[in-house]
Amino acid sequence: MKVDITLRDEGRTRMLRNLITIKGISRIAAFVPPAALIFVTGVLFVEALPAIKYNGLGFLTQSQWRPGNFYVNPVVTRGVAHPVGASYGALPLIVGTLESSLLALIIAVPVSIGAALVIVEKLPKRMSDTIGLFLEILAGIPSVIFGLWGTLVLGPILARDVFPFISRIAPNVIGFRFFKGNVGHGEGLLTSGVVLAIMVIPIIASTSRDLLRQVPRNTKEGGIALGLTDWENNKWVSLPWIRSGLIGASVLGLARAFGETMAVAMTSGAVLGATSPNAYLPMTTIAATIVSQLDSALTDASGLATRTLAEGALILAAITLLTNLAARLMVKKVSTTALPVGRGI
Amino acid sequence: MAATVDHLSTNASHRIASVRRVKNATVWILASASLLAIVGPAIWIIVEVSKRLLRGWHWSVLTEVGSGLAGGLENEIAGTVLIVLVVALLAGTVGILSGLYLAEYGNGPTSNILRTASEVLAGVPSIVLGYVGYVALVVYFHWGYSLGAGVIVLTVMVVPYIAKTTEVSFRQVPTSYREGGQALGMTNGQILSRIVLKSAAPGIATGMIIATAIAVGETAPLLYTAGYSQSLPTLNLTHHPIGYLTYAVWTFYNQPSAAAQQLSFDAAGILIFAVVALIIIARILVSITQRHSEFS
Repeated sequence: MKVDITLRDEGRTRMLRNLITIKGISRIAAFVPPAALIFVTGVLFVEALPAIKYNGLGFLTQSQWRPGNFYVNPVVTRGVAHPVGASYGALPLIVGTLESSLLALIIAVPVSIGAALVIVEKLPKRMSDTIGLFLEILAGIPSVIFGLWGTLVLGPILARDVFPFISRIAPNVIGFRFFKGNVGHGEGLLTSGVVLAIMVIPIIASTSRDLLRQVPRNTKEGGIALGLTDWENNKWVSLPWIRSGLIGASVLGLARAFGETMAVAMTSGAVLGATSPNAYLPMTTIAATIVSQLDSALTDASGLATRTLAEGALILAAITLLTNLAARLMVKKVSTTALPVGRGI
Repeated sequence: MAATVDHLSTNASHRIASVRRVKNATVWILASASLLAIVGPAIWIIVEVSKRLLRGWHWSVLTEVGSGLAGGLENEIAGTVLIVLVVALLAGTVGILSGLYLAEYGNGPTSNILRTASEVLAGVPSIVLGYVGYVALVVYFHWGYSLGAGVIVLTVMVVPYIAKTTEVSFRQVPTSYREGGQALGMTNGQILSRIVLKSAAPGIATGMIIATAIAVGETAPLLYTAGYSQSLPTLNLTHHPIGYLTYAVWTFYNQPSAAAQQLSFDAAGILIFAVVALIIIARILVSITQRHSEFS
């Protein structure tokens, strides 16, 4: 009897120890993402602080991008060492980020929802699987290849054949006037917008598809019983049913477009200091500026140039994180176990 | 009279019906056309890259290291493979354990915070992570451009994906499997390692492959952490820059020399080939996973 009890106790402690080690180790791993997140924001903030002090609020409202003279000794203003004549304004970068991403969203949302409707409602399983494969390939193609294709193949074709047509038919009223005028050579705002749209379509379309599949059959049959056509049924029943999820997916795509770097750096023309006056001319975004300017910023002995890029990165991170959080809150209401989307595949 | 009214109204409703039918058809035609916006660019990019790759393809690209703006891509290919292997090892360990914790022990409020943090981290733009990697690892820790710096940044990037797919796969293991184990008198540890892990494995593997595909295709986080080198990579974690394929695409595409542009498209072609292969492997794994799922 006594032996029996000790045996059982031993078994229990062994089991407990097993559990504690698995639990303990995996718990440490689970704390890696939040630790990384705190580290990233901390480093960004510390690094950006001198730039925030030096650039002031004008950083958000001005357009010049003058690193100053790197060849004479730095001087000190407001406690921050900086090259003579350094003056930064990030307004064109912020505007460029918002403009290109919104253009992308305007193109991507209707296309994605349309595609998702056809995939769920019309296509036989084998074909919808094939389209699903293409969605995954599109999501998996590295962004630098989108950039390569966008700048060497798509951009010139758009500038030659498509942009002049849009420019001609765009009505000369507020909102559409933006699409009139010089169509450029294919590196610019709308080319970036189109490339970004193609890159976010897989995110929005696959989420919409999965949401549409969750609409209960009974709900749809109600619409059919009322004599609605296929489209009316989707318009009045299915799409409203998943509306918050659709908004969430679109905002997730938007956040992805905000942060996209390589494709925009290669297709935007990467011009600093000004926004594009219309939809076609060169511009740049925060992300593209960081990747294309960090190299030369490293030659600034005072460090202000790299710190200014850190300030840009901080603004970009803030914009992206807020949109992302908003999107996750909205998507969570509808779907439960959707796979993570947001970057690539 | 009554007959006339009837006649008129059926005419009207016919007209409405046909307007609705036309509208219905138009919408579906437009929606079908939007499928082209998915299939079209995917095929266009693959065809265009393959065409330019084949125009000047030499097999020596695979066996020669780069020299200036010419030479081959052996250093980049080896570099990408090495980076991806180390990322898979590191991010795989952290991500799978993290997913396991969230699935098995993660029902409290703390776990919700952990989950949200992971999702937020997945949304941080890759260039921001690359910049922080540069400032913290390359400069402040004095690692220099190196394998270690590049790998850590990529790991931070893909851990949330691996954690999420692992958690989902663990949660999809039918409860009856666990109950079966309990009925046989297995301990929780045994149930976890012999039953749950086994049926969740294909799902976890899918997540790993997706993470690998992301790591293969990233450029922005590596440019200022891994740097670039034209010699073959070494296993040194610090102070030795390392080449990778996406660097070749980004740096050589706008060079004036035809040889450099060819290298850019060669690298792009190899990348696309690798990513498509990974996606197809992942698809095969998913079809295996679904056999274990309770829901399909």
